[in-house]
Amino acid sequence: MNVISFQEFLEFFNFPFVWYALIICVLTALCAALLGVTLVLKRFSFIGDGLSHVAFGGQAVAAVVAVLIGHAFDFNDTFIVLPITVIAAILLLKTGGRKTKLNGDATLALISVSSLALGYLIYSFSDAGNLAGDVCTTLFGSSSILMVNETDLYTCIGMSIAVILVYILFYNKIFGVTFDETFAKATGVKTEAYNLLIAVVIAFIIVLAMNLVGSLLISALVIFPALSAMRVFKSFKLVVLCSAVVSVVCSVLGVLLSIWLSTPVGSTIVAIDLIAFLAFTLAGKLRARA
Amino acid sequence: MELLKCHDLSLGYEGKAVAEHISFTLSEGEYLCIVGENGSGKSTLVKTLLKLQPPLSGSIERLLPKDSAIGYLPQQTPVQKDFPATVEEIVRSGFLARSRLRPFYTKEERALAEEKMERLGITHLKKRCYRELSGGQQQRVLLARALCATGNLLLLDEPVAGLDPKVTAEMYELIAALNREDGLTVIMVSHDISAVLEYATHILHVLHGSAFFGTTEEYRASEVGKLFARGECA
Repeated sequence: MNVISFQEFLEFFNFPFVWYALIICVLTALCAALLGVTLVLKRFSFIGDGLSHVAFGGQAVAAVVAVLIGHAFDFNDTFIVLPITVIAAILLLKTGGRKTKLNGDATLALISVSSLALGYLIYSFSDAGNLAGDVCTTLFGSSSILMVNETDLYTCIGMSIAVILVYILFYNKIFGVTFDETFAKATGVKTEAYNLLIAVVIAFIIVLAMNLVGSLLISALVIFPALSAMRVFKSFKLVVLCSAVVSVVCSVLGVLLSIWLSTPVGSTIVAIDLIAFLAFTLAGKLRARA
Repeated sequence: MELLKCHDLSLGYEGKAVAEHISFTLSEGEYLCIVGENGSGKSTLVKTLLKLQPPLSGSIERLLPKDSAIGYLPQQTPVQKDFPATVEEIVRSGFLARSRLRPFYTKEERALAEEKMERLGITHLKKRCYRELSGGQQQRVLLARALCATGNLLLLDEPVAGLDPKVTAEMYELIAALNREDGLTVIMVSHDISAVLEYATHILHVLHGSAFFGTTEEYRASEVGKLFARGECA
């Protein structure tokens, strides 16, 4: 660990890329927390995990493509990773919801490990020089999120706005489909369409969060804030709001701490999320006793 | 006025029939009970009536007014046991289908939800968390939500499952009052033969390969009705 002085720490804020990093961090954390509540309540937590592995595979493909076209122009990985993840999300939801020969969690495990293995394999073909470094970055997030450039920033802002808008506009429907899908469907709500929407938005969030915490730790970003909020709050609205606040606060703290202590960003954020979860669990227990 | 007409329905999954030859008509203001042994196809019939799955053959005509769905009271799912939601949030979700792509509830819908909670005596619980309520209170919440979804027809799937005798009796009285005073047509799936004979105007007894449909008097006089009332399975 390489602790810097407070003076040096403050000097960091003179650089624009630190602000980029913080903006990306706030937006990503916010989006992940919003959908996290639905994911946890629908018992879909593991789909998030599976998708993150698919996104890893997608990232590997993108790396190979980048090498093939020889970095000729400013190439954005997102355009390859996002479609792959969206398709996987839709497929997973279809198989998870219905009775098929391969049942949901087995399919998930299958897709999950295959993408991880194939992703690593594809990386090894890419001949990109720093294989271990690339893989490590994709799995655990950029060792320094401070490497982000303006393109990353704008991609992130655009995707986040889309996710937040969809969430606000369909908030009530998402509640209905999460609480009681059968009732919603029986009264004529197009539940398949909303499930599809949720799947696509989740894919967006996974891709967003790849940069921040990396594909192995995404689940934590999605699930921890929701679980923390559920320990204490008892209405859906408050759980969603609290989870958003917890997520943003933890992630900003994580980025700041990682600058100060020179630790990896992703794992610092997740560690803080874990601490928050323990604190909320304790608070929930105390509240129940009071 | 007729609300529901079923003609020679066969129900089942993947071409395998669970129940066959089900025909019945339901008119406004009636109270129909669906009885039958476990596995006789009652839940399949419920799903088919709700259009959650298609019948293998036969026809269903739903003659409900536009913008009115069937007010469905499902059996509770495990997901709901630890779901953080207030009574108010759940009751309002009954309006989701008719709001289509409109993102928020209207003032009128909020007022209506308020009215339904008042009708079922749960207004004082509206800010409480659903998972902390008693079984009977939870059923009232889901019933209020069903009332928000419909002005005509309630479909109750074993509404008293897991309730104690006192709460069960209250629940039956409440449903009967909704039928008599509020003019709602009721379909109830039930195991409880004494309640069925007391409240229902019509009975549909689903049997393997056939079904009995008639008024409660006709049912009492029928062979299958006599056997079932004595607690012997047909």
